[in-house]
Amino acid sequence: MSVTDKIFEIIAEQAVLETSDVTMESTLEDLGIDSLGLVESIFAIEEEFDITVPFNANEPTNSDLDISSVSKIIEGVERLLKEQAG
Amino acid sequence: MKRVVITGAGTINALGHSVADTMTAMAEGRCGIGPLVFRDVERLSIQIGGQVRGFEADGRYNRQQMSLYDRFTQFTLAAAAEAIAQSGITFSGELAAKSGVVLGTAGGGVSTWDDNYRSVYEDGKNRVHPFVVPKLMNNAAASHVSMEYNLKGPSFTVSTACASSNHAMAQAFQMVRTGMAPAMVTGGSESMLCFGGVKAWEGLRVMSKDACRPFSANRNGMVQGEGAGIFVFEEYEHARARGAEILCEVAGFAMSSDATDIVMPSKNGAARAIAGALSDAQLNPEDVGYINAHGTGTAANDKTECAAVADVFGPHADKLMISSTKSMHGHLIGGTGAVELLACIMALRDGVIAPTIGYEEADPECALDVVPNEARDAKVNVVLSNAFAFGGMNAVLALRKV
Repeated sequence: MSVTDKIFEIIAEQAVLETSDVTMESTLEDLGIDSLGLVESIFAIEEEFDITVPFNANEPTNSDLDISSVSKIIEGVERLLKEQAG
Repeated sequence: MKRVVITGAGTINALGHSVADTMTAMAEGRCGIGPLVFRDVERLSIQIGGQVRGFEADGRYNRQQMSLYDRFTQFTLAAAAEAIAQSGITFSGELAAKSGVVLGTAGGGVSTWDDNYRSVYEDGKNRVHPFVVPKLMNNAAASHVSMEYNLKGPSFTVSTACASSNHAMAQAFQMVRTGMAPAMVTGGSESMLCFGGVKAWEGLRVMSKDACRPFSANRNGMVQGEGAGIFVFEEYEHARARGAEILCEVAGFAMSSDATDIVMPSKNGAARAIAGALSDAQLNPEDVGYINAHGTGTAANDKTECAAVADVFGPHADKLMISSTKSMHGHLIGGTGAVELLACIMALRDGVIAPTIGYEEADPECALDVVPNEARDAKVNVVLSNAFAFGGMNAVLALRKV
């Protein structure tokens, strides 16, 4: 399963939706994911990909991961995977 | 209804091992937060805290006591000794039978849990010390205080996360006010600064990696602290009759529950507790000169707390002072309201308002006089102490100069 598919799954599960309801352009807000849901999603991403996502809930827009849309999250995770490989 | 006064105070925290040292540090705006020192700290992403330094339990407590005292109990007993010595009260006869101890803690013996889980899970041992349970239980500290000082009346421990101490002191206050007890030992303690204790908080992603900057626009989270604050609450005439020094009066309190979210604070719940404390103490908003804020340094708490204060006080919100001493001693979680009560006593008795240090940038959502960075001399007659816990449980105390 690709990074994209896995992230779609994680986000859909958090939003209690089908993966088909999630699009690249969706924002977490569109999907009804609140700040707690976001922290849980990031935890799930870290566990799934065995990476560390630098994220502080006090400054969500100032973190190393751009969370403004699903596609941005995927881009960020792919970058972190490369950076943290090996 | 009886009047209730405070006749003794004791503490140990990152700013000092006594009330005098702590107040001096608060008046100087000193920061007690620094690099954490304990096993496996390098595996944490959060490595700062308001850790108590130079506290040698060995020598202070004997071998038998050490096997029963978790660090949160050690802190409690050290602070209780100071408070009860200052008060000069001796519990015997009828006084002992009616007086008790009500303390707050969120975690109890966290490092005892941590050490023994490590021993059985990581080290693979199949045996733990026989006193693990009496050492880690949340009421252990209150029990040891009761035994040490012969307190035979109502005694228990309250656990409401970050509001534990304020809820505990509210209970003690109510017992003295109603005449149920002539005096109560109260306050709280916490000692979560061990690998498991910080790791758990780290998971929530609300901790700062560099500093606690309450109300500052660039604040980025809370910083944990540890320690204890213990007080003697006493019926006014009882205190006067024995010539005790009165530090201040506890005038009223209120508790409320947000009933909304397990972690996000509610302006309405906080405002109801603040307004409730004023009403219980029969005070007008204009009487309040200083508020010791909950002020955790998180994005959510500080703006919600300021909005609640603005709601309750209206135009007077711009005239009162509000500061968060967590910027100096860190967030003592269940012990925090107790240590913060010292800033309230200092304001009322000494006319010194503790600052909010680390304040760097004004935040339009926290547009109150937060006493930035430097303590201020000011005469105040009434102060409030706010505590708003995870789980939406709030407790606010009102105190008055005597």
